[in-house]
Amino acid sequence: MGGTDAKDILGLPKTPLSLSLTQEKKSRPQKESHRKPDGISREVYALTGGVAPLMPSIDVTQLKRRPPADEKVAWQWLPFTSSARKDALQLYHWVRVVNNVPPTGDYSFAKYNKSVVILKYTDEEYENHLTDPVWTKEETDQLFEFCQNFDLRFVVIADRFPVSRTVEELKDRYYSVNRALLRARAQSPADVANHPLMKEPYDITRDRERKRALSMVLSQSRHQEKKDAEILAEAKRITEMRLAARRAEEPVVSANENAGLDKADGVVPGSSVSPSSNSQLPATAVAPSTLTMADYASTLASLRMLHVYLRTYGLEQMVQAASSAVGLRTIKRVEQTLQDLGVNLKPKVPTKTVCDEHLELRKEILTLLNLQKQLQYKESEGSSHREGSFAAMPDTPKDRVFASDPFSFGAERPIKKEQKRKGPGRQADTPSPAHKRPRKMKASDL
Amino acid sequence: MESDMEVMSETDASPPQKLRMFGMGRTIDDREDESGRRRIKDVEVYLPIVCGSVAFFLGKRATEYRTHKWTVYVRGATNEDLGVVIKRVIFHLHPSFKNPTRVVDSPPFALSECGWGEFKIDITVFLHTDVCEKKLELSHVLKLNPENEYGSVPKSIKIPVVAESYNEIVFPDPFESFLTRVYNHPAVHISNLPDGFNLPPTGVADTYHQLRNGDTKDHPLSQWFLTFSEADELFTLTAARQKVQADIAKLKRQLIMVDGQPEGL
Repeated sequence: MGGTDAKDILGLPKTPLSLSLTQEKKSRPQKESHRKPDGISREVYALTGGVAPLMPSIDVTQLKRRPPADEKVAWQWLPFTSSARKDALQLYHWVRVVNNVPPTGDYSFAKYNKSVVILKYTDEEYENHLTDPVWTKEETDQLFEFCQNFDLRFVVIADRFPVSRTVEELKDRYYSVNRALLRARAQSPADVANHPLMKEPYDITRDRERKRALSMVLSQSRHQEKKDAEILAEAKRITEMRLAARRAEEPVVSANENAGLDKADGVVPGSSVSPSSNSQLPATAVAPSTLTMADYASTLASLRMLHVYLRTYGLEQMVQAASSAVGLRTIKRVEQTLQDLGVNLKPKVPTKTVCDEHLELRKEILTLLNLQKQLQYKESEGSSHREGSFAAMPDTPKDRVFASDPFSFGAERPIKKEQKRKGPGRQADTPSPAHKRPRKMKASDL
Repeated sequence: MESDMEVMSETDASPPQKLRMFGMGRTIDDREDESGRRRIKDVEVYLPIVCGSVAFFLGKRATEYRTHKWTVYVRGATNEDLGVVIKRVIFHLHPSFKNPTRVVDSPPFALSECGWGEFKIDITVFLHTDVCEKKLELSHVLKLNPENEYGSVPKSIKIPVVAESYNEIVFPDPFESFLTRVYNHPAVHISNLPDGFNLPPTGVADTYHQLRNGDTKDHPLSQWFLTFSEADELFTLTAARQKVQADIAKLKRQLIMVDGQPEGL
């Protein structure tokens, strides 16, 4: 706190309560409202954020307390026994002796020797309640012995078990035996109903499922994770759009959206199709597999559902739908192109015709940019193959293998707008403004 | 699709009318909403409006807190009466005004005040119940000081600072009753109206808007209103589209060439 620093500089006495406050020359920022507690240095206190904890975790006054001066402390090498041991082994250790009185009581660590209570059954009980087609009595006996020895550590038990059984099977057998025993030994069923074993019985199939799911999630590759996240975001967006439309009390047809989603891959979690006979969307099955057509259609539908909207708002929504499938960079390029052409980004006189024209212009600019990218890509590829470079092209899924025939291009290469291209050991040209554009090959790359 | 039907429109002002079926195959939406009203699909009714403000500097009469007298309004783009569609407009002024929520229940939907500051005014537009039950939100930034490239022009008390923006309220698939009521009205524009749409020519529409003469053609501020023409913008847009289309064609040719080239080798 600034106050104590100032006092220190001026040589004034500090507050009487404080013990030795360690002073550092560098002052640290601290809240004026909180006084630093005594007993710990200012910097240590600042580590906690400079704020006192809600509940005092350590009794601060104990930290620098010195032992009372009248005690005489000595350390002696004395024998001891532990109640945790079954034999009467006597060991020796150093003991802190105060005023010639050795401490009493059990060995201080004996209380940590906890063990699990394993039920023991008689042969009679086994005959009556515990027989099982898959398990013999010997195996069950051995299982219980292991449980006793290894403190219910099923992984270890499974490892040592003479007959190879999975962990889940062992657990299942152990817990069902216990349940049967409890039920058998109880005076009335109500007594044991609250026992944890009865309330939540071990379910072997669920356990197997759970472990399988866990291992699947763990072993998911980065790629898969990204795809899953993308799909979930997409589904969320679509359900939100649908919710907005549904709020206007009309069902929305999601046929087009589903078509787009299916092509985009994978399961769409949680989205339900609600076909409506009064569909207002054009039922074009020929819609291209990108999501943009679905976006337009659904935006139009949701606009209609509103029953009233401002033309500017409508245009904004359609522009958003058009830009939904492209990245921010492309959007900026579209806007730049519009400005270069002298067109207002938001029309000053938004009549119906003007808005329609504006939207069409934006779409055409997107097509233009797309074509430009395609052309660049093809040109760079063309040059790379003319020079006969077989630089390995890693696993972009849309690439074809050029190993055999370097000069056959083939017509159907669907170029996505944001396709990345990586090449080990390839030297980049002047860094292009869109880093996602494929790099041009130089002759020096050979 | 029934061929002959009797339509009961539920508005207070219009008696039941019989509509001839449209020959174009337009369907009247058979779904009935809560009050049994029907919508006409693929017809769009839109209302061109201008939302703006006119501000006069008070000159000698200005005090510290009242330097300008301004009026904020929602008017028809061609100064027609909006009362046929709009029921009420609420202007939400800056909280420093007393009773900042100003309600205007009849056309012309305008509000005048004196003040010193520029701020964003939120405008809520309520439509007649037979039009739509939803409200519409707009906003307008009040401008008091003239902007000028050459520096601020000395404020004249005779020439106000005008800020206006054009917009259109769109009603997709309008209610049948609404459509019949307004289709004659000069403030309202309809697109995609089917050819077979036949209504008694005089109809209710005329009398309705004679009852309320809330247009702004003779409004004291009308001389300052701007006119909005789509011609310029359309011109720029069409020119731009042509250029872009030409570029696209050029690129497509280039792409074909690039594709063709390696195969030729």
